[in-house]
Order: sequence, then structure tokens, then C-alpha cells
Amino acid sequence: MKKVKATAFAVLAMVAAGSVGMAASPALAGATFDAVKARGILQCGVNTALGGFSAPDSKGEWQGIDVDVCRAVAAAMFGDASKVRFSPLTSQARLTALQSGEIDMLSRNTTLTLQRDAAIGLNPTGVTFYDGQGFLVPKKLNVKSAKELGGATVCVQSGSTTELNLADYFRAQKMEFKPVVFEKLEELVAAFFAGRCDVYTSDASQLASGRALQAPNPDDYVILPEIISKEPLGPFVRHGDDQWHDVVRWSLFAMIEAEEYGITSKNVDEMLKSNDPNVKRILGVTPGMGKALGLDDKWAYNIIKLVGNYGESYERNVGSGSKLNLPRGYNAQWSKGGLLYAWPIR
Amino acid sequence: MTNAPEITGETDIAPPVSSTGIVAWMRERLFSSPLNIIMTVLCGLLVIATLPPFIEWALIKAVWISPTADACRAARGGACWAFIAEKHRLILFGLYPYDEQWRPLLAALVNIALIVASCMRRFWNIRLLYIWGIGLVLISWLMWGGVLGLSYVENTKWGGLPLTLILATFGVGFAFPFGIVLALGRRSNMPAIKTLCIMYIELIRGVPLISLLFMSSVMLPLFFPEGFSIDKLLRAQIAIIMFAAAYIAEVVRGGLQAIPKGQYEAADALGLSYWKKTGLIILPQALKIVIPPMVSLFIAMFKDTSLVVIIGIFDLMNATKASLTDTAWKGFAVESYIFVSIIYFVFCFSMSKYSQQLEARLATGHKR
Repeated sequence: MKKVKATAFAVLAMVAAGSVGMAASPALAGATFDAVKARGILQCGVNTALGGFSAPDSKGEWQGIDVDVCRAVAAAMFGDASKVRFSPLTSQARLTALQSGEIDMLSRNTTLTLQRDAAIGLNPTGVTFYDGQGFLVPKKLNVKSAKELGGATVCVQSGSTTELNLADYFRAQKMEFKPVVFEKLEELVAAFFAGRCDVYTSDASQLASGRALQAPNPDDYVILPEIISKEPLGPFVRHGDDQWHDVVRWSLFAMIEAEEYGITSKNVDEMLKSNDPNVKRILGVTPGMGKALGLDDKWAYNIIKLVGNYGESYERNVGSGSKLNLPRGYNAQWSKGGLLYAWPIR
Repeated sequence: MTNAPEITGETDIAPPVSSTGIVAWMRERLFSSPLNIIMTVLCGLLVIATLPPFIEWALIKAVWISPTADACRAARGGACWAFIAEKHRLILFGLYPYDEQWRPLLAALVNIALIVASCMRRFWNIRLLYIWGIGLVLISWLMWGGVLGLSYVENTKWGGLPLTLILATFGVGFAFPFGIVLALGRRSNMPAIKTLCIMYIELIRGVPLISLLFMSSVMLPLFFPEGFSIDKLLRAQIAIIMFAAAYIAEVVRGGLQAIPKGQYEAADALGLSYWKKTGLIILPQALKIVIPPMVSLFIAMFKDTSLVVIIGIFDLMNATKASLTDTAWKGFAVESYIFVSIIYFVFCFSMSKYSQQLEARLATGHKR
């Protein structure tokens, strides 16, 4: 208790200094796993609204790839993907919400970094989406590479690491640039397509969605090949409950692994008859995996049946099944040239 | 008898300038001085320059009905009201379960009825307290449910207009008596009470609402032992009440100070106790004086509730923002902001109009 208070004061001081990100760990005792089990509902922190990742649809239902990860964990825990209470969180509040125990896990397009892993008492559990900062330019500028952008005016959103990465990149390349800073993303995108600046920089997924949905003519714009930052986005849990950490990590891996072995929400029942020992282990036909996690052996079956595999979630939310139409890119399976490489379920 | 003045052609006077009708109105209001003429012409030009394109955008080229965004994107240069048609329930009711949204609708109507009843003079007695009690129970039952046949909806799913109204109404409703007590306390002769009130008011006024909300949602949970948490919405509501109370206190203090000393002395001379003096003589006059700043404050508080965006509560404004991120309907920010501005405007303008009427009705001597 004393420690919690001391921590709280430390956090208070940190906030006063304008930085939540440096606070020490609250190290809350008590097993999150047991708490979630007893409560019968998962409390999952998501973005207040980021299309494709977590946003309410016209009926107020949460949709998105981050949201699907929450649902997958609920499916693994309870065999019911709807047992989730979503907490929409702003970027300032997200980490403290997890630290304070207000939520059980955070799945809110949060970049995995050393600071977040080590210094503030949180644990990343895997990568849901590999993103990175890029540049969008009009084709008529005839620019083929970011290295030719010297002297350009650049539209950028304020208060994000994007701004910092941009400055770092141009300094490293010894180029000048004129930043045009916007608070709101909508304004920024509108300004860029109105010709206010030469370049629009943001995470590649944002660039692609902006070009697909808001450009007067998407073919007039091109995303340059350079990606200047690494933004692996994934779910986080609190320090102090390794079993819970494992459940969240392996729920995500189960989605990825299911895609690798071709198990989808549609064919999962047929797959129960499969002779592939890997598939048998994943689906709990060969028992043991779920038990090791403290779950039902049907845990992965439930995830795949109720939420779908990673590929299904990707296509539905950000890929070809959505208006964003993002290519798989880094987010393809390792066997297809991407970075998705789930640890084996065995 | 005096001679009638001789009427000659030279003394003919021109007929008086017409003082009624549209020409006179224009002459008086729009072209009364060179500066006014210039302003009128400039404003006229501005209207001519902006109005036709706006009408063309908002009405002529607009897409009214369309199941998908494609028709809107095809009709370039026109507003996409189909977006509002698609998203109005998300904007108005946030994340409330779709099939149950008649409940927040009813709750909002009850809430508005409460406000209207509070505005009527014939309810200005003890009955108003009962009405509020009943209204509160009714709104809670509709929003939460869980008894009498309604399914339970936890308040993390509340949103949109009903939530904005709840935050604003109960924010101001509870802050008002609290603020009056603070104002009286600040003018008290008892040093301890006076110091406490001054400290509270200055502390709260010294920080922006956003930081209060932020503290309530981000910092407060860290002080509690694990497993114990006060509901996020309640925390926000309390922060709004605390904030509004400090400002109301200062507005009321302005009124208290404007009452001539003779009124206090007269009340004392009649042998009235402190509470009778305050309740019967001082406060009724003081509150009447402060109607204009008080209403400004209420309007400001109504709009300030949108700051709960910062802690991820889906009030009217945040629900609007959320509606903009749907990838299938991206890029219609202007339409949705116009829609939500109209809602805010209707409420704020009604409040302002009502306060003008109230002032006129209560004007009994102090008016200058």
C-alpha cells in the first residue's frame, strides 16, 4: 500500500514534469488472471477511435484489429468473445489505466519500446501490427526517394513521435525542411490534399488510408519507399502476473499460427479431423496446450471459431475487405516474406 | 386671434423622411453613417461571396440518401448528408446498445423537460425538488436499467447527447447550491470557514478543467488500493461539479457585494437571523443581479463538458469524432461538425434567450 502511494506520488511528479512515460512500476500484487476469471469479463483498453484498429461502427459496436485481439483473449478465457468491456483510452491515459489496474490488458496501437517494457512496469506481449513512418508525395513532384526531399514543406501532426522522427531523419540526411504542424489529423490530411505542403508524413498505414479515402485522385499520389522508423504495435499487460502475460501472448500467437496452418473460422470444425500434429495441438485435439496456460484445451479453437485467424482479422479490418485496403507488407507471414513469426504451439 | 402664417412656395417643407417600412429600417440600421455604409457594403459582399457556394455545397449538390460513401465521393463539391443519416445514432447515443437506444432518447427528453420545468416560475418552490428527484430516478432507470424489465447497461456504454446533458445538467445542478454556500462562506466572518472557501475557490480556479479531468481519471486510480475504483463517469461528473462550483461561487459573490449595505442593516434591524436574512433578503436580490454572468457560465459549462474527450468518455463531441474514423465513411468531417454545432447552438441559444426573458421579468429597480 505504501509502495502504491509512493509510486502515485512519483507518477504525480512525473506528470507535473510533463512525462507520464517515465514513472516507476506500481507492481500491483494479485493475479490478474484470477481476477479476470472471477469477474467473468475482460477489461480491455482500446483506442477512442482509430479506423481499422479500434473504432465503433455505426451501431456502436467496436471493430478493428486491436479490438479483435481483446476478443481473442476473451474467447480463450471464457469461450465467449463477447465477454469484453472495452475502455476507450486517450494516448495520455492508456499506460496509467493499465498500471492502475483499471484495465487488464491494453490493445491500443501502442509501440513496443524499451522504456515501456522496462521502466514503467508493463510488459509487451507480441506484435499485432508492424507499422513505420513513411512519406506521401504527389506524383507530379517527380520524387522517387525521400533523399530528394531537401527543402520540402512537410505536413506533420503535432505532439507525436512522428514529428521527432521527421526532424531526426532530415538532420541525419543533412537536408532542410519546413514543417507545417497540425493538431488534428483531418485538418492535416485536408491541407495536404489541398496542396498546402509537398509531403505528408505519418505511419505508413495512415498514409495509405489517407490516400485511399481522401485523395481527390489516389493515383496522383505515391508513398515513397523509405520507412524511417520502426513502430511495432501490440498488446501490453501489467508486470506481476506471468500467467496472464502468457494468456495474452499466446492468444495472439494462436491467431497468427492458425493462419500459418490454414485454419480459419470457416473450416475450423473440419480441421478438427486433420492429421497434422501441429493443427491437432493448436485445436486441442491433442490435449495439453490449454492446460499449460491454465485454460480449456479448446482455447485456440474458440479464438479461431469466434474471432478468426490473424489473416481474417487483418483483411476484415484493414486489408482488402476494408476500405483501407492495406497490403500485408511486413504483416505477412514469415513464410510469405513478412515479419509474422509466431512461436510454435507445442 | 393670430394670423395664420402665410403659405408661400418658399416655405414649403419637404415631407418628413419616412420612419417606417423597409427603406427607413435600412436607412437607420444599415446606412446611418459613412462607417456603417462601408461595413454594410463589405458584409454584403462577404455574404454574396460565400452564401451561393455554401448553398450549392449544402443543398444543391448534396447527397441526401445513400447506403455507402461511394455516391458521396462521386458527387464532388457537395455535402454528404447521407453520412449523418448513417451515423446519427452513433453521434447522438454513442456506444449505447443499438436496439435499446430509445432509452437514452427518452432519458434525454426527460432531462430537457426537467430543465424546462426548472425555467418555469410556477415550479419555483418545493415542488421543483420533487420533480428533480423523480426525474433523476427516471433518468437513472432508463439509462442503467436492470430493474422493471429493462436490461442492465453499464455506464461505460453511455454516450452522445444524453451523456452531455447529464454531465451538464447535474454538473450545474449540484454545483449551484455548492457554489452559493462557497460564496457565502467566502464572505463569512468566521476565519476558518472563510480561509477554507478561499483556498478551495482559488485552487480550483487556478487549474484548467482539463487538468482536473485528467487528474480524476489518470492520477486518482493510482492512489486507491487495487480493486477499489470509483467509476470513471462519476469521477468526471464530480470534477465538473467541483469546477463549476468554484466559478458559480465567484459569480454569486459578485452579486452579494452589489447589494447595498443598507439591505443587510435593515434585515439586522428587523431582527432576522443570519439564514433568514440571507435566504429572504440578500440571496434573492443577489441572484437576480447575476443572471447574465450565471447564464454565460452555464453555457460555458455545457460546452466544456466536451472536454471529457480527454478521458475517453463518449459524449456528443467524442462520439462525433469517433464517427469520423469509420474507414468506410472517411472524409466527411465538415458535415458531422455542422450537425453537432447545430445541436450545441440550439441548446446554448435557448439558454441565452431564456435568460434575457428572465432578466426582463425580474427587473424591479436595479436595472439601469
